[in-house]
Amino acid sequence: MNVEEIKNDLLKHVPGLELTVEGESFIVPKEKLLEAARFLKENEKYRMDYLSCVTGVDYLAQAARLGQPGQAAVGGQSELASGYLESVNHLYSMEKKHGPIVLKVRVPRSDPRMPSLVPLYRGAEYQEREAYDLLGIIYEGHPDLRRILMWDEFEGHPLRKDYVEEDQDIR
Amino acid sequence: MSDTAVHSQEPQLLEVSIGPQHPSTHGVFRMNVVLDGETIVKLKPVMGYLHRNHEQLAENMSYLASMPYTDRLDYICSMTNNFAYAMAVEKLAGIDVPERAQYIRVLMAELTRLINHTLLVGFLLNDLGAFFTPTLYAFREREKILDFFEATAGSRMMCNYFRFGGVKADLPAGGMEQVKEIVKNYSRFLDEFERLLTSNEILRSRCQNVGILSKELAVNASITGPILRASGVNYDIRKVDKYSIYDRFEFKVPLGKVGDVYDRYYVRILEMRESIKILQQLLKQMPEKGEILSAKGAAAAKSPRMWKPPAGDAYGRIESPKGELGFYLVSDGSPKPYRYHVRPPSFINITILEDMCLGQKVADAIVILGSVDIVLGEVDR
Amino acid sequence: MAIDEGLNNELQKRGIFVTTLNDLYNWGRRSSIWPLQFGLACCAIEMIATACAKYDIARFGAELFRPSPRQADLMIVAGTVTKKMAPMVVRLYNQMPEPKYVISMGACAISGGPFRDGYNVLKGIDRYIPVDVHIPGCPPRPEALLDGLIKLQKKIDSQKIDQMDGYREEKSCEYPVPQYGKKGLEPRHNPDFFTPRLDWPEKNTKDNLRMPNYKPAPAPARAAGSPLPGQAATGGPSEQGVAPAQLAAQPPASEQGQ
Repeated sequence: MNVEEIKNDLLKHVPGLELTVEGESFIVPKEKLLEAARFLKENEKYRMDYLSCVTGVDYLAQAARLGQPGQAAVGGQSELASGYLESVNHLYSMEKKHGPIVLKVRVPRSDPRMPSLVPLYRGAEYQEREAYDLLGIIYEGHPDLRRILMWDEFEGHPLRKDYVEEDQDIR
Repeated sequence: MSDTAVHSQEPQLLEVSIGPQHPSTHGVFRMNVVLDGETIVKLKPVMGYLHRNHEQLAENMSYLASMPYTDRLDYICSMTNNFAYAMAVEKLAGIDVPERAQYIRVLMAELTRLINHTLLVGFLLNDLGAFFTPTLYAFREREKILDFFEATAGSRMMCNYFRFGGVKADLPAGGMEQVKEIVKNYSRFLDEFERLLTSNEILRSRCQNVGILSKELAVNASITGPILRASGVNYDIRKVDKYSIYDRFEFKVPLGKVGDVYDRYYVRILEMRESIKILQQLLKQMPEKGEILSAKGAAAAKSPRMWKPPAGDAYGRIESPKGELGFYLVSDGSPKPYRYHVRPPSFINITILEDMCLGQKVADAIVILGSVDIVLGEVDR
Repeated sequence: MAIDEGLNNELQKRGIFVTTLNDLYNWGRRSSIWPLQFGLACCAIEMIATACAKYDIARFGAELFRPSPRQADLMIVAGTVTKKMAPMVVRLYNQMPEPKYVISMGACAISGGPFRDGYNVLKGIDRYIPVDVHIPGCPPRPEALLDGLIKLQKKIDSQKIDQMDGYREEKSCEYPVPQYGKKGLEPRHNPDFFTPRLDWPEKNTKDNLRMPNYKPAPAPARAAGSPLPGQAATGGPSEQGVAPAQLAAQPPASEQGQ
C-alpha cells in the first residue's frame, strides 16, 4: 500500500477530486473530504475504519513564519496565501491492521469552515470539538460543536499563533 | 387516594452535576447527568478543569524541553508518555536507537503497564465501594516499582528518562536484580489480588452486564486499549506496528467477550500477566552491556536548544496502558516544534461514556467511568 | 499562660498532668486533622501514596480524607489550579468550617510551576485563598507532604483560641469567588491580601526559546567608590580599585526585570 497506489485509487473512485500529495499525506479540498473518507472506509481494499487522530494546525501567512513547514505550495489555492488552518486526519484500519493514510484539509483563516467527519467516525467528536475550541476551525455537520476545554465565555482561540494571553500580574 | 395521585404525576427529571470535586471522578472530571429516578437518561461530560495548555507550552520550547512535560500528561504512566514522544521525534528526525536502549525502553514500558493496571483495579474497586483495601495493596506494589524507577531515573513519578535515540542513563548497579525480584513476585501478588476480587460475588453482580460496549461502536468511536479489546476487537499496537523490539517477544492479546465492566477488569488482569511474560523473556534476552544513546541522539541531547530536526511532520504512536498514545509533530526546521499535538487515549475513550451509561443506574455510571480508566492530566492536557 | 516546664515535669512524674485549655484544645485539633479528599493533578497521586501503607499518614492523625468540605479541616491543594477550576477551589474553601487550613502542595499550586506561562493556568492558589504551608516539588515526595503536615501541626500548636480568625465574629473568612471572564478570571487576584510580583524572569514569547533567565540577586546599592560598611578599615587599595569597575559593568539593579 504505497502513496501512488492510494492516489490512483482515490482519483479513480472519487470523481472530480483534486488531490495534492505532500510527502505521505494527501491534501483534499474540503468539498470532497467526506467522499474521500467514505471511500477509504468502505472500500474492501482499504477498510480504514479507525480515525485515530484529528489535529488542527494554524499556519500563518508565509511572511509571518520563521520557516516553511512542509512544502511551500498550498495546493494551488490562492486564497490560502494569507494563512490557513489545516485539519490533519490519521486513518488506520483495525480490520486489515494497516495504515496510516493521512488526509489533510486546508481552509483559509478568514473562513475556517470544513465538513465534520463525525457522521463517518464517532471518534472525531471530541477531537473536532477540541480543534474548534483551541483553533477555531468550524466543523459543519458536527452534532454538538461547543467549547470543550475552555469555558463558554472564553473569547479567542488560544492555540492560534497570533493569540495573546492575558497578563495575570497586573496590579 | 393520595397514592394514586403521586403515581399519576408526570415523571420528573432531575439534573445532577457530578464533579469536578467528587471522590469518584478520578480527578476533576465532571458529568452533567439527567436522571429519571435513578436511571440515567442523559449524560454530558464536562472537561477542561485541568487544561494546562501543554500543547501551547511545547510549541514555545525546544524539543527536548517538552520531555518532562510529557511526564505530566498521564501522570501514572510517565515512562510510556516519554516513549511515545521519543518515538515521534525519532521518526521526525530519523534517529536510530541502540539495542540495549530498546530493551530498557520496553522494560520501563511494561513495568509502567503493571503500575497502571494495578492502580486502575484498585481505584475501580474503590468506586465499587470496597473502600481503599484493594488500593492499599495496589499502592504497595507500585512503590516497589517506583523504587526501581527512582534508582534508575532519579525521580519516582516524573521520570523524564527517555532521550531521543535512547535513554538518559543506564540501569544502576543491582538494577537488574531489583527487576528480577519484582517480576518474580508480581504474579504471586496477582494471584492474591485475583483471589480477593475476580470471583467475588459483589464485584460480579456490580460489573457483569453493566456498561456494555459493542464491537462496532468501539471501532467507530476510535476506542483503543483494554476497553477496545474487552469488546472483542483484536487490536494491539504492540502487535500491529511491532514498534521498538516488541516483535521479539511472544505474548497474547487478551480479548473480552461481552464488553462489560467485568471484561474490562479481567482483560487488564490478563494483560498484566502477559506483561510479566514479556518481562521474563526480556530479562533473558537483554544484552549485558551496550550503548544506551545513539550518536545522533547524543547530538540532540548535547545542545537541545540548537538542535533542529528537518522540516516535515511525523506521527508516532505506541500502545500506552490506556490505549493509543500518539504525538503529531510539525517541524519547520527551527529548534521549536511548529505544531505539537497529543492524541490522548483517555480523552477519546470517554467519547462513548454516554452510550455506555444510558439506561443504567447512577451508581453504575461511576463504575463505568472507573472502568474507562481516565487520567485527567491526559484528558485535558 | 504557660506553665513552668520544670514544675510540669515534676508533676508528670507523679502522675499529675497540668495543661492550659489552649494547649489541650490545640493538641486535639492538631492530632486529628481531617483533610479534604481533593485531588487536582499529579500531586494527588502522591497524596494518595502518602495515605497508603508505605508512608502512612495515619501516624500523624490525618488519614481521614473527607469527600465533603463540610467535614474537613484541611484542604491540600494538590496539583495545578487552572483558571477553569479556581472558582471551584475557592467555593470549596468557603464551604469548609472554621478553623480551616490550606496546604498548597507542589510547584503548580504555589506559582503555576512549569505550566505558569499558559493561558489557562493560575499562577498560584494564594491569589484567591490564604495558604498556610507551601510544599515545593514537582511533585513533592510523600515525605515532603508529611513534613508540611508537621509544619502545619506546629502552626496549630502556636495558635490561641481567642485570637483565631474564624472564632472572631468581626472577621469574615469567606473569600469572593472569581468569575469567568473573556480571557481569564475576574478579578485576577484578591487585592485584599495579594499583590503580584512584577519582577518575574523574562517571559517566554513566541520568538525566543526559553532560556534560563535567572539573574543573580542585585548587589546592594551603594555609591560607586564608597567602601562597604565595615570594610573601610580593612579594605586594601586593590579592593578599592576593583569595586567600581564591577558596578559599572552591571546594569543598575533596580531597572532589571521591570
